[in-house]
Amino acid sequence: MSSELRAQVGQLARRSVLRTLRQPAQFVPALIFPLFLLAVNSGGLKDVTNLPGFPTDSYVTFAVAVTFMQGALFSVMNSGTDLARDIETGFLNRLALTPLHGAALLTGLLAGSIVLGVIQGVVYLVVGVAGGVEVAAGVGGAVVLVLLSVAVTTAFGTIGMFAALRTGSGEAVQGLFPVFFVFLFLSSSSLPLDLLTTDWFHAVATVNPVSYLLEAFRSLLIEGWDAGELALGFGIAAALFALGMTAAASALRTRLVRT
Amino acid sequence: MSRPAHGTETPGFGAIARAVAWRSIHNFFANPALLVPSLIFPLFFFASFAGGLSAVGNVPGFDFPSGYTAFQFVFVLLQSAAFGGVFTGFGIARDFETGFARRYLLAASNRNGIVAGYAIAALVRAVFTWAVLTAIALVAGMEIGGGGADLFGLYGLAVLVNLAATMWAAGVAMRVRSIQGGPLMQMPVFLILFVAPVYVPLDLLSGWIHAVASVNPVTALLEAGRGFISGEPTLILLAFAIAVALGLVFAWWSRGGLRRAEAAG
Amino acid sequence: MAESGANGSGAGIEAIGLVREFKKGPRAVDGIDLRVEPGEIYGFLGPNGAGKSTTVLMLTTLLPPTAGSARVGGHDVVGEGAQVRSAIGAALQEAALDPLLTGREHMRLQTALHGIGKGERERIGDELLARVGLSQAAERKVGGYSGGMKRRLDLALALAHRPRILFLDEPTTGLDIQSRTALWEEVERLAAEDGVTVFLTTQYLEEADALADRVGIIDHGKIVAEGTPAELKAEIGRPTVVAVPRDPDQREQTIAVLGRFGECAETDHKGGSVQLAGGETELAEVVRALDSAGIAIESLNLHAPSLDDVFLAKTGRSLEGAEEAEAEAEDAAAEGAPA
Repeated sequence: MSSELRAQVGQLARRSVLRTLRQPAQFVPALIFPLFLLAVNSGGLKDVTNLPGFPTDSYVTFAVAVTFMQGALFSVMNSGTDLARDIETGFLNRLALTPLHGAALLTGLLAGSIVLGVIQGVVYLVVGVAGGVEVAAGVGGAVVLVLLSVAVTTAFGTIGMFAALRTGSGEAVQGLFPVFFVFLFLSSSSLPLDLLTTDWFHAVATVNPVSYLLEAFRSLLIEGWDAGELALGFGIAAALFALGMTAAASALRTRLVRT
Repeated sequence: MSRPAHGTETPGFGAIARAVAWRSIHNFFANPALLVPSLIFPLFFFASFAGGLSAVGNVPGFDFPSGYTAFQFVFVLLQSAAFGGVFTGFGIARDFETGFARRYLLAASNRNGIVAGYAIAALVRAVFTWAVLTAIALVAGMEIGGGGADLFGLYGLAVLVNLAATMWAAGVAMRVRSIQGGPLMQMPVFLILFVAPVYVPLDLLSGWIHAVASVNPVTALLEAGRGFISGEPTLILLAFAIAVALGLVFAWWSRGGLRRAEAAG
Repeated sequence: MAESGANGSGAGIEAIGLVREFKKGPRAVDGIDLRVEPGEIYGFLGPNGAGKSTTVLMLTTLLPPTAGSARVGGHDVVGEGAQVRSAIGAALQEAALDPLLTGREHMRLQTALHGIGKGERERIGDELLARVGLSQAAERKVGGYSGGMKRRLDLALALAHRPRILFLDEPTTGLDIQSRTALWEEVERLAAEDGVTVFLTTQYLEEADALADRVGIIDHGKIVAEGTPAELKAEIGRPTVVAVPRDPDQREQTIAVLGRFGECAETDHKGGSVQLAGGETELAEVVRALDSAGIAIESLNLHAPSLDDVFLAKTGRSLEGAEEAEAEAEDAAAEGAPA
């Protein structure tokens, strides 16, 4: 990366992080809401651990993986609405008048997602452990959990950026939240894949990449170190990231038609 | 109708309520952005909970006579009733924010008709959603143990929940008069719905969730609804008393909101 | 400002046959030719929807022209976009600020993006913030700034990399008199002392009159008049009478009577207007002629030429009256344009 590009990425990353931290109304729900659902679901579905074949006798350990995924959803909203606001206010035009590289804009914006991913990962883990979550992979596993949280949050952040660049509207980005929520539900979020007895649901969950991201988190929490599950989880996050960034870059080229 | 000096008649309560209701209903059915989510989300929750969690019906101690699909149907029905009211509140807030509500305030001699109109519209929208939801549930093989009177009771409860939620959201909307009040309308409803026996009956809950659900008024509504659908009615009096009480309390709340909105001009 | 390496041709603006078409609407800019000399303040005047902002977007490389060419700061806007951007600063119609950043953080970001070294950034930031009177508010988040403060910060940001050419797109719209006057003073100083070329779009006649060395009047995407304010008014030269009959049905008759005194145009005020070839002394004759024709007059106004009269003479419409009619047209056309 040239020094100019580095400087631009640095400046925009700084701005992205500042904006994230200066909007507690945006990131505090991203912390509290998933934890609330964790408490409710693990209380309400505690007895499913009695089902034959359930991988653990601690439902909260099973369910906390969903918390990490829900956090990633909020990342879509945060990065997307921030960028949409830049477009709506004309701030993107201001940036376009500088020697800014498009790559710097996208990369810098993701810094906010990365910081959010770290904060979420740490908070969910700490609160989860306090609430009875067990991390079978130990301290090292906990670190990898946070890294996986960052990877997933960042990958979903690119989708938010694409949505913002494509639509130019904060409202349209907000409208994605229920769509992603649905996507999260149609997975192994509440029960393991092999305990989904409804055929169509099982079929959808099997092809839903979210199921495999959840399995990656769960492998660290329930089983310990499972290289295959982890590779698949990080691989899916990387693939989502690549897809999202490509789509966002294409949308940026259309939106930033400077000559 | 009242007759002012210049001789034209000003619309009374009924006319205002009808006019407000007509606009909301018309906009709902004419606008896919409003219509589609209000159908999709209850259907989606039903599919996820009843479909995705169907194995919960095999948990030892779960002995609901009509099966897990019917068990979850009741929750989704009441949830859609509640959120239908909340989304009506969003519409009220938007009307105030854009200034459209001022038209109503100027035109209506009896402004309670405005709130009544919104409530009627919310109910019409909810009934439409329930019709679709019920049809899908039946196609999916939901068993109904209850008879006509039981189902009347179930849907009657849903009507009351819808009205109560609409009044709650209307009260917030008329105080905040901005769509920024959306989370304030939505979050308490979401929280109170989910700290209830959503996935399993009350007696299969334990720990803090059991303690909270035991005192949560929504629990009585759910248990009564599930009793109706399974043909083993329970807690009927308590459930209806709670539903009516909530409706009255929130009606008073929304009336206060209307006074605030009037004072703000 | 001239010390940044500009020569005579390096700080000018030239457009030849500039066109911009949008998919959904008419041509927003329909063949504009203009030339702005280095150090000049050029006022681009026209109603809403005339094509002012679209022209600015093309000259600042944010929108490619459909046809024609333009050179800004000696560089082609299409082929040498990056060079153009390094030579210009722009404060566009929206203030385009981040409410969560402070004024100083905006300056830091802007200077850094232009590749200005760390040490210089602070110095330039301090200087420009002081110049626009925002030193005290520099550490406050922009979300708490007034409209005037936001516009001043916008101007400071546009000057961050010491451009030779400055584009200001309706910079005083929505500002109070004090803020507007302060901005005018700064623009005049930039041109007079720093030699900055200023391309200013406005819908305010008095702004163009007060600030601009030369004015171009645009309507329906075409330049309909160009020159110094004095030249343009002298072209009209003669006082204008505007007569509005009490009975709208007598409008045609009114226009016919006025036509005896010179070239008559219809007005939006439901009457007619005529420039009196013989000067103000002809007013009495006009009144007698209208009276003899049995036309009862609602209003009769005589006024000295203004830029609005120039617009009226060139387009048959008043600048103010044209706004409502054109607003929808530009909105529809601009929907086809990216942000």
